[in-house]
Amino acid sequence: MTENTRTAEPLQTDHSQQSSKAPPSGPAAAAILSAAVATCALGIFAVIADGSKTIGLWLTFYRPSGSLSGVTTVTILVWLATWLVLSRLWRNGYVNLAKTNGLAFFLLACGLLLTFPPFADFLLRK
Amino acid sequence: MQINAQALITGIHGLLFGGFFILALFGLVVELIRSAYTTPDSNLSERGRSLASFYLWATALLGWAAVFVGLYIVYPWYRAVPPLGTTDFAAFPQHLLLARSATSGWHRLGMEWKEHVSWVAPIAVTVAADVMINQRSAMKAYPQIRKAILVFALVAFASAGTAALFGAMISKNAPVNGGREIHLISQP
Repeated sequence: MTENTRTAEPLQTDHSQQSSKAPPSGPAAAAILSAAVATCALGIFAVIADGSKTIGLWLTFYRPSGSLSGVTTVTILVWLATWLVLSRLWRNGYVNLAKTNGLAFFLLACGLLLTFPPFADFLLRK
Repeated sequence: MQINAQALITGIHGLLFGGFFILALFGLVVELIRSAYTTPDSNLSERGRSLASFYLWATALLGWAAVFVGLYIVYPWYRAVPPLGTTDFAAFPQHLLLARSATSGWHRLGMEWKEHVSWVAPIAVTVAADVMINQRSAMKAYPQIRKAILVFALVAFASAGTAALFGAMISKNAPVNGGREIHLISQP
């Protein structure tokens, strides 16, 4: 582990990785987790915009495209912000990849499920 | 031979950007599977690395072009609201689909799924491109990273495929048509 290696809890710090000259796994894990967070955010925003007229109007950034313009714009902002924050936190870090991957796959599955209209309609009692 | 402006731009969105994005994504999936079976010392030359970087960023760019053109240019044409009293919905694809129970599912399931899930693909591919280009050594050192990127690439492929399938079927049932007629080839 180099002097400037950062540590963050609880997803970070996999000591088995630090004993060798392996490169830090943090930046890749940050990218992967940020995409999963974005997918989950997309699903949540899509359901909320569909379920609430008020929020749907707030998310109408471009009237001809309706609330989808806001849903996707906010999702991209959440994705980039998550990526920026995590990549700074884990810049030289060794994260627990089993945990970060598990969390990423869970968020990815949730996001995909929420974008599936029959499931969203079920949640909204439509 | 002529085409109207809206049909041309819809074709650019779906066939050019979307179609090439899916083709490139398939190549990305194949490369990720292939890389699992390479020897640890196998390396690309400098030229090979720059070509691979170009391929990956071009793939991501195609995905972003497809979703942005779709959202800000084609989608408003699709969801155009007909004036009161309109009985011919040919120029209003969403209303044309919803007018009959036999076609309403193409909007209620097809378009509503496609318009959201398609955005997963460029996000996943951008992340895959970044990791494959900038975190090459970490990807080689940790098989979990390669596996995660493969999962995201497969999800991107499935998402883009879903969007393309429904896009094609919606276009077949209620095509976006309108705008200026463009003459591609003049017949003598």
